[in-house]
Amino acid sequence: MRDKPMIDPEFSSIWTLWKNGQIDLTTPLRSPGHQPLQALKEVEKYRPRHSWEAYSQYVRKSTLLYKIAATILCCIFITLMLLTVANLPRYGDPNAPTINEVSERYIEEGTEETGAVNTVAGMILDYRAFDTLGESFVLFTAVCSVAVLMNLSGKRQHIKHTKELINYADDMIVRGVCRLLVPVILLFGIYILLNGHLSPGGGFSGGAVLGAGLIIYSMVWGEEKASRVFPAKLVRLVVFCSLAFYCLAKSYSFYTGANHLPFLIPEGAPGHILSGGLIMPLNVAVGFVVCFTMYSFYMFFRRGRL
Amino acid sequence: MITAFRIILLASLVICAIGTAIVKKPMHAIIIYMAYSVIMSIIWVLLESPDLAITEAAVGAGVTGILFFLTLHRINLIDKDAEHDSRKEDEGEGESDHAR
Repeated sequence: MRDKPMIDPEFSSIWTLWKNGQIDLTTPLRSPGHQPLQALKEVEKYRPRHSWEAYSQYVRKSTLLYKIAATILCCIFITLMLLTVANLPRYGDPNAPTINEVSERYIEEGTEETGAVNTVAGMILDYRAFDTLGESFVLFTAVCSVAVLMNLSGKRQHIKHTKELINYADDMIVRGVCRLLVPVILLFGIYILLNGHLSPGGGFSGGAVLGAGLIIYSMVWGEEKASRVFPAKLVRLVVFCSLAFYCLAKSYSFYTGANHLPFLIPEGAPGHILSGGLIMPLNVAVGFVVCFTMYSFYMFFRRGRL
Repeated sequence: MITAFRIILLASLVICAIGTAIVKKPMHAIIIYMAYSVIMSIIWVLLESPDLAITEAAVGAGVTGILFFLTLHRINLIDKDAEHDSRKEDEGEGESDHAR
């Protein structure tokens, strides 16, 4: 009994004969040691009910139909998108519908009301802080799902990833350049994070830069060392504390804002590093969440665990 | 001058977008996608939103690419040995069948 009858030369010749209709399956076949009859019975189960020519013609027709339909759909979609772009208001047009009293208020009184010189930071962390909270939780949920899919908890916690991945630290150019760059990248990320209410940047950008720095760190110095510096417990604790701090701080701010209670957090003079009320701590919290989300994604994909 | 620069940027953006879709090997598609992100971040700066530019450069061109590469390694679409072999051979013809 052969294990793979499909590659049997005798079988393939019988297959050709059967396909052309020259034999039928009830013909007794003489084959010492082989059992092509059995294999042909297996094949018979998957035989199309109509003839071979009609079947191949059907496949060709449906492939052609699929290609034509895909092309037409693509053309319709591209035309719609190009028409939309052509009908958009010009860049900087004062009569555009997006320039209304909402953006006027943000630009004219944003710095006064939130204390942040960077209006974007004031918008996403003060006026619309609830959106940002939702975005942080989206990232947190994504990490949770990856952890569940990687089977982090339970009996099979230590699944061995036997496949050898490329060790980036073996490459001299990568190692040398990254060792020089990692401190600069981390410093730049911290600067973006802490200066988010004064200059372009903020939680998401700074967190992304910090996360990229951590990924490069664990690429060059090895996952073992990185997981000793940032163990799973620390990552969990930091993410939990950031999200909890964000929730509590914004709950307080919403509560006092809506009920005309005294707001205890000073706003400070706009332009100074310690200004903007809650915006800088919230930036740092969002930055931690984003940074450790990216780092955990990398470690999960690379190592299977944190 | 700035208009010509913008036209070059937009043209290469479109070229990168089409290239990502039509290139056969996933590895090459990811590299072209990272180039797309870099061009897009320059366009964000020109459109006066540096916040988005920083995020696009860090996420689109950096982290997404690394995660895609890792995933491709895991599902065996980049073969380590074939990549090393192709590095030894000629640049053009060396990339044999490592991305089937």
